[in-house]
Amino acid sequence: MTTQTISVPSAATRRQGRSTVPRNRRTTPRQFFSRLPIRVFLAILLVIVVYPMLWMFLGSFKTQNEFLNEPFWTLPQSWSLDNYVSVFDSGFGTYILNSIIVVFPSLAVILIVGVAAGFALEVMVWKGRGTVLLLFLAGIMVPTQMSILPLFTIYFRTGLTGSYWPMILTYIATGLPLTVFMMATFFRSVPREIFEASTLDGARILRSFWAVGLPLVKNAIFTVGLVQFFFLWNDLLIALTFTNSDALRTIQVGLLNFTGQYGAVQYGPTFAAIAVNVLGTLFIYLFLNQQVMKGLTAGSVKG
Amino acid sequence: MERVLGDKRAILILLGPALVVYSLIMLVPIVWSLGYTVLDGNPIVGFTFNGFGNFIKFFQDPAAWSVIWFTVRFAIVMTVLQVGAGFGLSPLYVFWLKRSSSAIRTIIFFPIVLPTVAVALLFQRLFEAAPTTGPVNSFLGLFGIESIDWFGTPDASFWILLLMGLWQSMGFYGVLLYAGLLDIPEEMLESARLDGAGGWKLIRTIVLPLSLPVLLSSLIFSINGTLKVFDSVVALTNGGPGNATTPLTVYMFQTSFTYGQYGYGSTIALMLTILCLIFTIFIFRSTRRDVTKG
Repeated sequence: MTTQTISVPSAATRRQGRSTVPRNRRTTPRQFFSRLPIRVFLAILLVIVVYPMLWMFLGSFKTQNEFLNEPFWTLPQSWSLDNYVSVFDSGFGTYILNSIIVVFPSLAVILIVGVAAGFALEVMVWKGRGTVLLLFLAGIMVPTQMSILPLFTIYFRTGLTGSYWPMILTYIATGLPLTVFMMATFFRSVPREIFEASTLDGARILRSFWAVGLPLVKNAIFTVGLVQFFFLWNDLLIALTFTNSDALRTIQVGLLNFTGQYGAVQYGPTFAAIAVNVLGTLFIYLFLNQQVMKGLTAGSVKG
Repeated sequence: MERVLGDKRAILILLGPALVVYSLIMLVPIVWSLGYTVLDGNPIVGFTFNGFGNFIKFFQDPAAWSVIWFTVRFAIVMTVLQVGAGFGLSPLYVFWLKRSSSAIRTIIFFPIVLPTVAVALLFQRLFEAAPTTGPVNSFLGLFGIESIDWFGTPDASFWILLLMGLWQSMGFYGVLLYAGLLDIPEEMLESARLDGAGGWKLIRTIVLPLSLPVLLSSLIFSINGTLKVFDSVVALTNGGPGNATTPLTVYMFQTSFTYGQYGYGSTIALMLTILCLIFTIFIFRSTRRDVTKG
């Protein structure tokens, strides 16, 4: 809600601010009109991107009656939180908790293990590291569908089915290839002399990884962590495969089944559930949008 | 130096955990999955040997063909649309908006980080026809167009998937290609401008050839993502109406978990992998030829 009201005017004022800039040079009326179509186009584009989200937040306060009898553009008659209350009454709190339980431990392991592997593959010198890097690259290319059936068998045989473990383990394995690959790229941009110097100073390699390497790629680790967080938090395939009971559902699986709970669509609660689901990512993006953009685009070019 | 940077024990400590976890939970299952393709059954009832039965079944299965046709059609159209939209946005960011583009870039990028399930539920309401009229149909109503039942016909469902994908991803591809454009040296653009190249000519002669590497990786990334489309289909149309919008991923999921046919499911997964490989190689080949030509 708050982002919409903050970000839209800021974009608008920025664009208005720009229109004065060319005027300082030589702005003929012809130039002004030749720029007009682009301005209009951008305004429409921003409305298309922002309006659905604004509509969703407004809708999350409306009653069923308002949805059925009022046109879509009306504002809610009251700002009551009833819809949100009914969302949490239907067990959404558990879904959020489940997501936190599976995502954050996976994320921690992915980062710790992945950063170390990236260091070993990029900074250290040994035979066969090209092959191992290629092995990780294969994990980015091959679809997850290729591994979930045997994994289902493994978890079933080992009795892990019905716990959080199948999700956590699978998340770690699917998150590793991209993390290793991105971290190797980041270590590549660190001048080799730094590690060679610390070696000459008598530091053991594990120590130069810990005391020299890690601080240098601190920001990169944070960026990769953000990217992986979005992948894991938004995942549906793995969560859907390995949740066999309502008690294990993550926030995405919970939302997917949300509308199905009632016969007819309960508009208000549905909108509130979407809003709750979106809120986490929205909040992160509000503060860290530049890192998120950098991370996601870097991840795709390498991948 | 070499001895320290090549310390075997340290390599084992640093790389070992990642490699072991990755091998056990990704590589072994991938090979295992290949083994499933010649079997029939599932872990609960047990497996029986089926030879090439699954492959024969796949090529004779009319549902499989319509699923492949949808997967390929969706991937190609979606890739053209989203990379095209990104390619349209990027010069807008660089040449028209310049420094002030940051806020607009950030806003248009945002939908890509949203959970697809949430976006899909939102789009169901946005495009709703009955019992309430959603914003899109109301808007069409202004022009006297009657409400379209977006989820009722195969064509409309196909388009709504595309529209949702485009809404989510155009900002992402815009920034991706924008980053590629920034790498073009300013002097090169300046000298081209002095030579009288502007607008389309500038884009065609300078921007397009120079952003080709980024364009290539965007295309490969996009086609690999869209061939594996899963979340948006499951949440938006659930493959319907009928199986008109069922991609290979969803067909594989239904076959394996609804009908418990792990052997056939693995065969479908293998076909998906092969399809991704074919498209990736195809894009690599075709652009390489263009580079040597230009």
